Amino acid sequence: MSNIPPTLMLDMGLMAMLLVVAFAVVRLRSLFAIVMLQGVYSLLSAAWFVSLDAVDVAFTEAAVGAGISTVLMLGAMLLTEREAKPVAMQKQLGSLFIVTITGLALFYAIGDMPAFGDAHSAANAYVGSDYIAATKNNIILPNVVTAVLASFRGYDTFGEVVVIYMAGLGILLLLGLNGNAGKWRAQPNGQDVAGNRNSNADSEAGDKS
Amino acid sequence: MSGLFEHFNFAVVIILMMVGLYVVFASNNMIKKLVGLSVFQTSVFLLYISMGKVNGAQPPIIAEEDLHGASEGGHDVVAQGAHHAAEVLYSNPLPHVLILTAIVVGVATLAIGLALVVRIREVYGTIEEDEIDALDYEINLEGAAE
Repeated sequence: MSNIPPTLMLDMGLMAMLLVVAFAVVRLRSLFAIVMLQGVYSLLSAAWFVSLDAVDVAFTEAAVGAGISTVLMLGAMLLTEREAKPVAMQKQLGSLFIVTITGLALFYAIGDMPAFGDAHSAANAYVGSDYIAATKNNIILPNVVTAVLASFRGYDTFGEVVVIYMAGLGILLLLGLNGNAGKWRAQPNGQDVAGNRNSNADSEAGDKS
Repeated sequence: MSGLFEHFNFAVVIILMMVGLYVVFASNNMIKKLVGLSVFQTSVFLLYISMGKVNGAQPPIIAEEDLHGASEGGHDVVAQGAHHAAEVLYSNPLPHVLILTAIVVGVATLAIGLALVVRIREVYGTIEEDEIDALDYEINLEGAAE
């Protein structure tokens, strides 16, 4: 017990907490609890990223995964519902079967993966060390991740910015730029879908105008 | 057993990934589905980052003396310092770069998905998938009768 390094024990503890949170997400039905647990999951994985030497990823995950995603999900939850309806067990058996098969196939492939922390594995040996050497020689910035992101692979980062722009544009188009948000109704075969479910004065006023 | 111990990160990450995938498949509620997708996504990030970890290494931020040693290697003292610091191990920065991009793109797709859920709720009055299916079926049936 005493020869286990403390970082390994930290890794184990964080992974155990991640497993507990993930299984809690499966079991719970209150959407508020589920969304908050997603934030907890992101924060725990950010803590593990620090332990895995990925400091840039850790603070991005803490800010974006645990912060912005949680806020977005809370907003969507407030606009929709608070509680997920239960799903019959026999309807879950099919997905349980598929997930088990996929998991077993992935477990079978574990044997071919490099050992944890191996400096000479194929993933760590060639391109990664080349980028570290190139950063030392060509770029004054000490942070290799920043150098690769902004200089060596700058076009990819530009593509990422384009993706964010497209996502923002898509959300604006979906949720309505012209003040019509919430008033639009689908009319398949010429009939009002939600009209007979919750017909209120608001939608009628929208129809007249 | 030692083989599994060397690969414990992959074992745990695969379990986490499958839990996320199960939430995506098995739940009817669309917000819960998106949370499952988010858990799945974060687990894939963990898979990549744990592959780039090097035992006993530092985060990929180059030490001060190492950086200057490489750029002004002419001086004897500094060159000695560089030689000393050349043995510093860094973790692999490439998975970090990849996952930084993936986190941001993941939030963009999550936001689009949530916007779609809000619109579906506006139109159908529910975000449960089976109820939406039933509503679609009913309406199509009635429309065909007319």
